[in-house]
Amino acid sequence: MELFAQQVLNGLVTGSVYSLVALGLTLIYGTMQVPNFAHGQLFMLGAYLSYTLVTRAGLHYWGAMAVAVVVMALAGVALERLVFRPLRNAPHLNSMIAALGMMLFLEALAQNIWGEEFRHMDSPYGGVVSVFGLLVTTHRLILLGAAAVSMIALLLFLTRTVAGSAIRATAQNPEGALLVGIDTSRVAMATFAISAALAAFAGVLIAPISLVYPSMGAMITLKAFVIVVLGGMGSVPGALIGGYLLALAESLGGTYVSATYQDLVAFVLLALVFTFKPTGLFKEAA
Amino acid sequence: MRAAIVRFAPIASLVAAVLLPLVVRNEYYLQILTQGYVLAISACGLNVIVGLAGQLSLAHAGFFGIGAYAVALLATKAGLAFWLGLPAGILLCTVMGYAIGSICLRSKGHYFAIFTLAVGLIIHLVIQKWESLTHGHVGVIGIPGPGPLGPVTFDSSTARSYLALFFLALTVAAVSRLVRSPIGRTLMAVRESEALAAAVGIDVMAAKRMAFAVSAALAGLAGGLFAGFIGFLGPESSNVEMTFNTLLYIMVGGLGSLSGPVAGTFIVYGLSQVLAVLQQYQMVIFGLALVLLILFMPTGLAGLWRSSIAGSVLKAEKPR
Repeated sequence: MELFAQQVLNGLVTGSVYSLVALGLTLIYGTMQVPNFAHGQLFMLGAYLSYTLVTRAGLHYWGAMAVAVVVMALAGVALERLVFRPLRNAPHLNSMIAALGMMLFLEALAQNIWGEEFRHMDSPYGGVVSVFGLLVTTHRLILLGAAAVSMIALLLFLTRTVAGSAIRATAQNPEGALLVGIDTSRVAMATFAISAALAAFAGVLIAPISLVYPSMGAMITLKAFVIVVLGGMGSVPGALIGGYLLALAESLGGTYVSATYQDLVAFVLLALVFTFKPTGLFKEAA
Repeated sequence: MRAAIVRFAPIASLVAAVLLPLVVRNEYYLQILTQGYVLAISACGLNVIVGLAGQLSLAHAGFFGIGAYAVALLATKAGLAFWLGLPAGILLCTVMGYAIGSICLRSKGHYFAIFTLAVGLIIHLVIQKWESLTHGHVGVIGIPGPGPLGPVTFDSSTARSYLALFFLALTVAAVSRLVRSPIGRTLMAVRESEALAAAVGIDVMAAKRMAFAVSAALAGLAGGLFAGFIGFLGPESSNVEMTFNTLLYIMVGGLGSLSGPVAGTFIVYGLSQVLAVLQQYQMVIFGLALVLLILFMPTGLAGLWRSSIAGSVLKAEKPR
């Protein structure tokens, strides 16, 4: 029973990260119809930035997080402006190849700057607390809380503010949004900024728990794609719930079925869905 | 004059290719040359599905790996000679390509790319984790190379280089036939607009499936040769990075053109092997190159060639 509870907790921690990353991916897909293969690399760069700021510049964890999130949001804007905007009217093959190129570039860049080694970053919240008899590090609890708060904030932003409505309108119908006076190119830029910020936020949250290394983004991109496909490309609630579900399936499957093939679970799931539903589980939604 | 250049170019490059193994005496460079021929075969294969049919398949290295491991394992475990293992590997890739294509191609556009990326990863992970069959990370060692065919032996690097060149020439000739055949026209129609192609009565699914199987078969051929020539095989031969490299080769050369993938392979692979600077920053440069190419030169070298020298002659072959 304790093992089960432990695995559920692990699943929730990983799930928070998956959901945050998948949310960004699904937002970009919804508004721009671009599968951003480089999304996980933004997550990875966020983690590295905070690592450097904490260990080299001596910044506090939250300060480092703020800087990393802002820097990556700006990087997201640059990515949209310089790479994806010019390709908007090109065949979709082109933007996909560009995204693949960015993915290779950013990962190799990190490898050249920080090296191949796994980096460890301490959390200021290293203590252990007992929750219903289960020993949990404080950082994990903070991660769970911070992720939940940011997700609620994002949902409120999308549903309660004018800017959020503009994003949803663009996702539903770009031409229609343009017709009612929404500046869709600014929406695209804002979406990229939010999405990159979410990825970086997730990266900084998980950095003290998992290690920081150049290829940490590649796997999470693929997982996020699995989630987004399961939850519906462009669907926000789908990405949110899908992230937690996949992580729980992985941590329980890894414990009770096979640890060797744990990483395979997600991809086999994706292949199965596509085999029986070639357009994903849900119709594309906003 | 222009017509003369266009007609002369393929012959000139063939002559150069035939002479190269004789001129290059350095063992190391000779091996790079052979490797280049093998990778060019794989690039031609990827070009069939991406360049001709317009479907971004990211499972290509998976098929390369299947072909390579088929030859390696049939030789080391079943004692099957290279010359029997190679066709077996190609057959396996064709059948798997046909089957996997039948499933994956039902998804379109972005979904197809994501689906094949997952399929490529599954193949790679299975190769890496199935230790009892593939020896996992350790890899397969001591794979016998191609044995003699009648009086011809393939023990020297020069002979192997010619063997690879022979298969590359065969591949280019086959793809060239395919492009000029009604099937090739069908594929290009599908690439330009699936809806339009279907409306004029083209069986879009059959055309795409055929292209996928051909592309898998060529990846298998390249993989089989790779295993036989190197003599050692690790799981990294099937990883996704391999697919991306191959994609870069055909992007540099020109998506959908005949000779572009070959030229692209030689330029990119050759430079990456010869220039030490490139080795350290290889993926930084490759990644950036891929983005810059798609932004500023989406038709690659073939597009430049067409618009500068051969523009007036090859109008029929419309660049993308």
